[in-house]
Amino acid sequence: MSASDDLLSREEPPWLFAVALATTLPHTLHQPAWLSGLAGLLLAWAAWLWQRDQRLPGRWLLLPLAIGGCLAIVAEFGTLFGRDAGVAMLVLFMAMKLLEMRQRRDAIVVVMLGYFLLLTHYFHAQDIPTGLWLLLALWLVTAALIRLHAGRIGPGETLRYAGQIGLQALPLMLVLYLLFPRVGGPLWGLPQDAFQARSGLSESMSPGSIGELVRSGEIAFRVRFDGTPPARPLLYWRGPVLERYDGTSWQVWPQRRPAETIEALGPAIDYETTLEAHGQRWLLALDAAATLPAGATLDGRLSAQLAQPVEARRRFRLSSTPAYRLNRHEQPATLTANLALPPTGNPHTLALAARWRDEEKSPSGIVDRALRHFRNEPFHYTLQPPLLGRDAIDDFLFRSRRGFCEHYAAAFVVLMRAAGVPARVVTGYQGGEFNPLDGYLVVRQSEAHAWSEVWLAERGWVRVDPTAAVAPERIERGIAEALPAGEPLPLFIQRHADWLRGMRHRWEALNNAWNQRVIGFDAQRQRQLLADLGLPDADWRTLAIALSLAGAAALALIAALALRRQHRQPPALRLWLRAQRRIGVHCAPGETPLALAARLRRSDPASAEAFDPVVRLFLLARYAPTPNLYLAALRAAVARLPRRRSA
Amino acid sequence: MTTTKIPSLGSRPHAFVPVLDAANRIILGKAHEVRLAAACLLAGGHLLIEDLPGLGKTTLAHTLARLLGLQFARIQFTADLLPADITGVSVFDRSSAGFRFVPGPVFAQLVLADEINRATPKTQSALLEAMEEGQVTCEGETRPLPSPFFVIATQNPTHQIGTFPLPESQLDRFLMRIEIGYPSRDAERELLAAGGRRTASEALTPLLAPADLPALQAEIAGLHAAPALIDYVQALVEASRNTPAFRHGLSPRAGLALLAAARAWAWLAGRDLVLPDDVQAVFPAVARHRLHSDQGGGPATASDIDALLAAVAIP
Repeated sequence: MSASDDLLSREEPPWLFAVALATTLPHTLHQPAWLSGLAGLLLAWAAWLWQRDQRLPGRWLLLPLAIGGCLAIVAEFGTLFGRDAGVAMLVLFMAMKLLEMRQRRDAIVVVMLGYFLLLTHYFHAQDIPTGLWLLLALWLVTAALIRLHAGRIGPGETLRYAGQIGLQALPLMLVLYLLFPRVGGPLWGLPQDAFQARSGLSESMSPGSIGELVRSGEIAFRVRFDGTPPARPLLYWRGPVLERYDGTSWQVWPQRRPAETIEALGPAIDYETTLEAHGQRWLLALDAAATLPAGATLDGRLSAQLAQPVEARRRFRLSSTPAYRLNRHEQPATLTANLALPPTGNPHTLALAARWRDEEKSPSGIVDRALRHFRNEPFHYTLQPPLLGRDAIDDFLFRSRRGFCEHYAAAFVVLMRAAGVPARVVTGYQGGEFNPLDGYLVVRQSEAHAWSEVWLAERGWVRVDPTAAVAPERIERGIAEALPAGEPLPLFIQRHADWLRGMRHRWEALNNAWNQRVIGFDAQRQRQLLADLGLPDADWRTLAIALSLAGAAALALIAALALRRQHRQPPALRLWLRAQRRIGVHCAPGETPLALAARLRRSDPASAEAFDPVVRLFLLARYAPTPNLYLAALRAAVARLPRRRSA
Repeated sequence: MTTTKIPSLGSRPHAFVPVLDAANRIILGKAHEVRLAAACLLAGGHLLIEDLPGLGKTTLAHTLARLLGLQFARIQFTADLLPADITGVSVFDRSSAGFRFVPGPVFAQLVLADEINRATPKTQSALLEAMEEGQVTCEGETRPLPSPFFVIATQNPTHQIGTFPLPESQLDRFLMRIEIGYPSRDAERELLAAGGRRTASEALTPLLAPADLPALQAEIAGLHAAPALIDYVQALVEASRNTPAFRHGLSPRAGLALLAAARAWAWLAGRDLVLPDDVQAVFPAVARHRLHSDQGGGPATASDIDALLAAVAIP
């Protein structure tokens, strides 16, 4: 290869600009704005220089730029390693490489960087739009690679080749997708910062924390019931149980509890839940969990926990009994813990509770009294409660009377404890929305909820939801119905957004299908598939062997096809033979197509008129310097030939 | 019916259209032979015309030389012609008191070697070596021949008295051998009515500048020959080697000649692409003098050649 071959031609850089743009653009959603700006500026500079056909900047300029960029990345992320800093560096280098594109080698580097950058997008999202975008970008990067190697071919042809190559890779991709050994966790250890900023319940609750969560329209989990789903008021999805109260916030009691005793009062409901990553170990089972997936345990408070935090979308099978009795005989220590209150604060609340305790004969009477109180006094259910003072419960119960579920649950539990009834706050989700298209129940962050549990003799822990007393619609029909208009809910769960709802259902059903079938093809499903294929109990060794065999078979198939293609006639010749069959003539061995056309003109002038263009196009497609130019026209001309009447 | 524009195979006007027209006005009724001669010249090869005396061989050579503006020399081969009569000799120049090389008739752009097979093999080979090498070595000094250098040799049919047939090795150096044959009845009538053509050819004016011909030859040599066409040429050459009708097959040089001649033929038809038809058109002229019939060893007959063409499938 001579030196001039190594230089890039004028038509090649636009392909590389497109590669850089397509592979870095989605990162603008995640990376710092200055980096996007810098990368965009560098790209625009490179394009401008190309457009003006001017010299690229020299090393004396690029080197300080590169060093400066790296320093800025260190300043931003504190490191050059890890997911975000690494991706930022790749983006920066990609943009800078465009200013260094002199030789083919540089262009190849851009293409390889492009391929690598494609992968990095999956750190952030594995959804359908990302998949589609990356598919298109992959197509483009491959086309650029082809353009670099194939020389002067048109953009259409380049893209066509790239598409062909992509389609040819499809079987291999499917084999790898189906057979590549799946391991429980991520195959490679992801950098520490790969999991961050997950929304979800936390192990503590203070006024406003759930209210914040509710403003998110993100999906928390999806559930598919095997049989008839329980009624909406029974859909309590239990997260952490908060027993420790310090006057402002509620926390999980760190102490271990003995296993709970659950008496099922009705049939169990089987269901499958698909948890979105929330970075915690809560399984969020429907009350009360009956059977748990392997590796999950109950914590003594009926909250199902996993051994590992959920760092990726995971699917579990569970069953629950909505009618149950929990811990009829509770440990005295537990009961004591659930009566504890801070030594000072909230005097009015304590006084109110003391009065109820005196007036009511039984603990259940106190519970009813409290609920009546919430129902009859002018309490408001709102996402925008006023700020509360030092004695938050007093402030809420006697002054503002405006609050969200956590306010009601907290106030209720404090009242109960003050009145001598063991009580605790349970956080989780309540309700959910059925997608009519795929039958999945979608539970969002906006369904986050806090309720209470009181322990009554002979009945065990009984769920009491004071929010239901204030705003029964919250439990019956969902949060959008319960909140007054103008509350800052995400647009698409607001009640008036019916026109959006249909679209949203469709989109979410599609996403769910994608998550369940494509992303959710995990080790278990793989085992199932292999068992269906007659390979039960396949471990990774069996898989590796199966993969090698499948790969060998694919290679053999490709080789066989290639060999066959070698022996197969070229397309122009095949079309020419077809044309002869259609018109009912046969070319003698030494007869040229033009001679055949002349013969036909003498014997059958009518057919010859239709045949002439075929002859001309065949000769062009077979003997012209650019034969492929005429193939399509030849195909069309052959298709237009009148069929010989069978006589 | 949809009216898709079908590209034509091409009938591009070219510089040789007027040349062929003019030549056809001189050599009546022999358009195919004239065209073959022109193709041979454009392919950069030498032409052998074999026929009985008086059929217009010399006129054809003369006409082409005139029309193309080539410097013309004629050598009449006889049994006593010596090599030096062709290449030239050094003579003593009294004024300079030294030997001076007097170039022979071969130092011309178009040399008509008339009745080449009447000379002795030694003399024949002097010309044939000049044809092959494009230069003449004489008395230890090598002198280049002019460019373009084109030889039209004529020979009488070998069965005539007083001929030394050209050996196969030397015949191979002619790109083509053509036969002119008797004129058609109409053409002969017109010839008789209008008188001999030799004088008319003397009056022709050149239609091409001297520099045009090398440029055209280069253009033709660069004409695209598709893989399928090369397959066909190869198939023909191979078939000639495997057909029992011939004693020997065609040489690789013959294959190259066939391709070059087909390119020139295609160019004369105004096409950018070479078709099997072009190969077939030039094949008899290119192949026949290189092939020898297995029976008796005489030259291959026209029907042998046609049979070969009809038998080889066009890939």
